[in-house]
Amino acid sequence: MSTLQKRIGDTLLKVEGVSLSFGGVKALSDVSLEIREHEILAIIGPNGAGKSSMLNVINGFYHPQEGTITYKGKARHQMRPHEAAKRGIARTFQNIALFKGMSTLDNIMTGRILKMRRNLLWQALYWGPAQREEIEHRAFVENIIDFLEIQSIRKTPVGRLPYGLQKRVELGRALAMEPELLLLDEPMAGMNVEEKEDMCRFVLDVNDEFGTTIALIEHDMGVVMDISDRVVVLDYGRKLADGPPDAVRSNQDVIDAYLGVSH
Amino acid sequence: MNGTAARDTFPKLLLRHAAERGGQPAFREKDYGIWQSWTWTQTADEVRALACGLAAMGLRRGEKIAVIGDNRPRLYWTMVAAQAIGAIPVPVYQDSVADEMAFVLDHAEIRFAMAEDQEQVDKLLEVKERCPKLEQIVYSDRRGLRHYSQEFLHGFEAVQQLGREYDDARPGFYDEAVASGKGSDTSIFLYTSGTTGQPKGVVLSFDNVLKTAENSIVFDKLSDKEELLAYLPMAWVGDHIFSYGQSYAAGFCVSCPESSATVMHDLRELGPTYFFAPPRIFENILTTVMIRMEDAGRIKRWLFHSFMEVAKRCGIRILNGEPVSGWDRFLYNLGELLVYGPLKNTLGFSRIRLAYTAGEAIGPDIFDFYRSLGINLKQLYGSTEASVFITMQPDGEIEADTVGPPAPGVEIKLAESGEVLFRSPGVFVEYYKNPEATAETKTDDGWVHTGDAGFFADNGHLKIIDRAKDVGKLADGSLFAPKYIENKLKFFPNIKEAVAFGDRRAHVAAFLNIDLEAMGSWAERNGVAYGSYQELAALPQVYDIIKGHVEQVNRDLAHDPQLAASQIKRFLILHKELDADDGELTRTRKVRRRIIAERYGPLIDGLYSDATQVHIEIEVTFEDGRKGKLAGDLKIVEAATSTAEAAALKKAS
Repeated sequence: MSTLQKRIGDTLLKVEGVSLSFGGVKALSDVSLEIREHEILAIIGPNGAGKSSMLNVINGFYHPQEGTITYKGKARHQMRPHEAAKRGIARTFQNIALFKGMSTLDNIMTGRILKMRRNLLWQALYWGPAQREEIEHRAFVENIIDFLEIQSIRKTPVGRLPYGLQKRVELGRALAMEPELLLLDEPMAGMNVEEKEDMCRFVLDVNDEFGTTIALIEHDMGVVMDISDRVVVLDYGRKLADGPPDAVRSNQDVIDAYLGVSH
Repeated sequence: MNGTAARDTFPKLLLRHAAERGGQPAFREKDYGIWQSWTWTQTADEVRALACGLAAMGLRRGEKIAVIGDNRPRLYWTMVAAQAIGAIPVPVYQDSVADEMAFVLDHAEIRFAMAEDQEQVDKLLEVKERCPKLEQIVYSDRRGLRHYSQEFLHGFEAVQQLGREYDDARPGFYDEAVASGKGSDTSIFLYTSGTTGQPKGVVLSFDNVLKTAENSIVFDKLSDKEELLAYLPMAWVGDHIFSYGQSYAAGFCVSCPESSATVMHDLRELGPTYFFAPPRIFENILTTVMIRMEDAGRIKRWLFHSFMEVAKRCGIRILNGEPVSGWDRFLYNLGELLVYGPLKNTLGFSRIRLAYTAGEAIGPDIFDFYRSLGINLKQLYGSTEASVFITMQPDGEIEADTVGPPAPGVEIKLAESGEVLFRSPGVFVEYYKNPEATAETKTDDGWVHTGDAGFFADNGHLKIIDRAKDVGKLADGSLFAPKYIENKLKFFPNIKEAVAFGDRRAHVAAFLNIDLEAMGSWAERNGVAYGSYQELAALPQVYDIIKGHVEQVNRDLAHDPQLAASQIKRFLILHKELDADDGELTRTRKVRRRIIAERYGPLIDGLYSDATQVHIEIEVTFEDGRKGKLAGDLKIVEAATSTAEAAALKKAS
């Protein structure tokens, strides 16, 4: 529907002149980009272009040697992943990182841990305020389960679920943190067409319903061009292009990077 | 208001239930992981607000409103709300594609539509151009619809709010509207899916639905304490009677599952007392149980199989109230404690008092499995044109291969051709805007042609054998019902597909397909080596097993004087599976007799000659679309036939 009115706002996160190297390997060199409120930003590029490194830099898992990252107007040099989580950055992983033996419900509940106020003893007693708190969180999680249409696997251990559904559960856990910025690392990798379509719809719905800003890495060009508001292209750790999907699609550097060019 | 008048429409019944059992639950729906419920009083309030809202938006008496979506309380409320103001609800299959939906919307002259969610709204928007009469769309679930700005789209809550204001401004409106409805008014249009041609809109009156529902309630002693899970399409007449007609007539609670994927789980949580499912679902449940038992530990497996033996021996007799030995009764009770009880609990059948199946033939093994567990599974035969019930099995008179005597208030007669005709209070009014089809199906004195062929067995129970147009005659003039014979063959897990021949022939012969999975697993267990489907199908041991099945079918057929002549004299096992890609089956796996007769001409000739082997070469289409030739020499085998006396003897022993 073209009636969708996006409310893309100010810059939420700004990456300036970031360089990251592992020994002699330069993963990122002098990359700058910004993520604006309520947008869906896709980071694309060939294998080894530095996409995952970029995501890891954003959520504080890697610490770049150079450059600054400004999140919600506050510049920081180093931020640990749990601080990032507290400040509203949630993510999913390329290779699913769920608790395989736990149910879908419990996995998503773990996403609420940072929001829980009562300590372990209270929770163990499960009495009074602790009980009320648990019920509130459970209600929130049930909303997510309803949203992602995974009611039928609520009590299933995630290890027994097919890959596409595990990805959805992982998205659910990230959503349980009520993130402002959601980082998705290849959310559609290894999925069949139908699963991809479902996932696209959920990504769009999350963005639409909760106003969550989303930065995603993806290989499937069709998906990227369809759902993102803006695309950043990386190649060999450098930024090649940055702009709306149509502009990026016709950018000669991008075409060369993807198709290869004779030197 | 006198007694009967207050019960002759659904809106009146709703008011009555709200007054008589206002605090009892009327609807439940699992949402956000919890069963939410609405009492009859709450339901009456919700419906009143909705009805007034629809009236405020301009829905008038006699106009139609489409109801599209999964089973949801709000959609059931829409039906009664529409009826309260004299409008006619038209439920539409929720999985129909936009084109099919457009046909129904256009044909029924729909002005209003109630859609469950964005998916249905999108389809409605797609066809709106083609359905000029469609004006207003109300949706129940607003997810994904926040940016839809069309002014003809309305949220459910907004319509109810509008209704409350309308109700306040015109206090007498709702009660007058409800009171002016009467039993002979049209209550609903149900479109039959129709295997050929366009769907037909079956018009049913309140009397049709309510009288049939009331008769069946008395027949099966249903009360307002029943629990029922509504999970079959709302546009299907079965759901309309079980989840709507009977619920309003008896006052019991209807529960809606969380989603179509959670039905089995919700069933277990709910533990219904009254349950309907087509044979396919009972079959799937049984398969799941069997597979899981094979994976269980040795002790559990031994327990299960030993006690299932006991159940097989005496379970059905106990359920039918027949005498069994004290020892068997003791073992059965022990089994209930150790096996049947826990199993029924897992399946959600612990509290089942009454279960029905219908729609197609159910395998006797499947049927007996449930009955031997103490689940009162029964069969009925019905159609949309009858408001469901034509025949139903009374307690204690239950058989796997009949559908029971005529239901209360139903008369049945058989035409010369064997076609079943019926007359009942449930007989439909007409096909909407289709007088030719109405005249073809319904005679002037109210008899309805079912299109099914059948006959009455000795005990007065109807046996449905085939579609009337498929029934032929053997050379000696006796009845030949191919599908009946084929179904009997296919009930054996080893037989995947069967094609029976016999029309205008001296005797019946058949092509059979083995089931690769079942026969393959047999071969594995018995150390029989085979290289391909063709090789396995031609093995002499396989022929022996299949021959045993065919002869068993012959013994069964010999019981019925009408069908005894249809015993299978000669058969062969095909060297390839019948396949929809080769045009031999329809996509829904129905046999295409004409094409098979063309492709396998030499084999049919062989069956009706003395040959013991025939050569055949046919063209096949591979999965990638390439074509190739498949040749083989097929053995033809004679099967022993039985006489009625021999069969009777065998049964008695």
